[in-house]
Amino acid sequence: MRLRRTMMFVPGNNPGMMQDAFIYGPDSIMLDLEDSVTMAEKDAARLLVYNALKTVDYGDTEMVVRINPLNTPYGKKDVEAVVRAGVDVIRMPKTETAEEVVEVEREIEKVERELGCLGRTKIMAAIESALGIVNAYAIATASKRMMGIALGAEDYCANLKTQRTPDGDELRLARETIVVAARAAGIDALDTVYSNLNDMETFRREVEYIKTLGFDGKSIINPRQIEIVNEVFAPKEKDIEKARTILAAIKEAERKGSGVISVNGKMVDKPVVIRAQRTIDLAIASGILKKEEVL
Amino acid sequence: MKEASAGTLESGDILVRIAPAEKPGLDVHLESSVAYQFGEQIKQVITETLNGLGINDAVVDATDKGALDCTIRARVTAAAVRATGKDVWAD
Repeated sequence: MRLRRTMMFVPGNNPGMMQDAFIYGPDSIMLDLEDSVTMAEKDAARLLVYNALKTVDYGDTEMVVRINPLNTPYGKKDVEAVVRAGVDVIRMPKTETAEEVVEVEREIEKVERELGCLGRTKIMAAIESALGIVNAYAIATASKRMMGIALGAEDYCANLKTQRTPDGDELRLARETIVVAARAAGIDALDTVYSNLNDMETFRREVEYIKTLGFDGKSIINPRQIEIVNEVFAPKEKDIEKARTILAAIKEAERKGSGVISVNGKMVDKPVVIRAQRTIDLAIASGILKKEEVL
Repeated sequence: MKEASAGTLESGDILVRIAPAEKPGLDVHLESSVAYQFGEQIKQVITETLNGLGINDAVVDATDKGALDCTIRARVTAAAVRATGKDVWAD
């Protein structure tokens, strides 16, 4: 199980930030070639990202690059550069249709075929408009390479003719749609950024809220946000204990060949087992539980 | 070739300016707070990167702010692409 609790945005034309980003331990680092890079610096940022990916040891951190759209003069060159550099995931901005995913996949394949590594690069799509939300499931299932979909709230709100509020009412439908589409497609759901670094309380509430909705993690803009997200997503001790009891009971029932089982007087059915297994997987992946401690 | 530059003076970066040479060869001038320790290595990365791009005659002025080798390669390449108009990626 790969954790994607935090995907940290790092401007693609800032070498200092790029070389230090992994020190803070985000699950994924997203080097940005799109909105954080001016048009005059697109060429230089692309070369910087290419050379960093080729050289810097990012350890187990998943490396993601947000490319420019293919309908700009930069998109195809971005794909070529980052696939050559061996990026893990290409993040598409402002995705509105499944066809756009297919077009990016085609560009990836051209380079991968030349390199002899067909199928290596994964894709994730940021959905940032009403049309994108309407097409969320089609986007999520447009390619076998899809590993996740994410909400980009600023552009989405502008497109919706509204603005962001602390409670996020304006994003409710988009968030729920993204989680449902991602789950139906069997891929991850990532929430949008929260950019007010002076209000960590609201940030924490937002992370708790999106975890409740079912998101796998959140895009973040600063290392200070990592600890809060990890705290919120870490399974609590009592949940881990409960999950272990359930999985042990299931194992015992299987051994005895009995069907329906109950734990502490409550019936344990399939959804309960799936949830328990997910809690244990998350605890192991988060380093709270060791694999050998699990039955 | 025309004069062109790439990079910044921010920490971890290097500003590289490339100009046409008046005499054959690469003439690399480096300003760096770590020149005493790493000056030769930085110049070598600059020279190798330019040679790799087929550029053997140019004047290079570089101001280093503690850039990693990969950053030096990226900035030198960007300056060279801007100076020659020949991109390293397919159009």
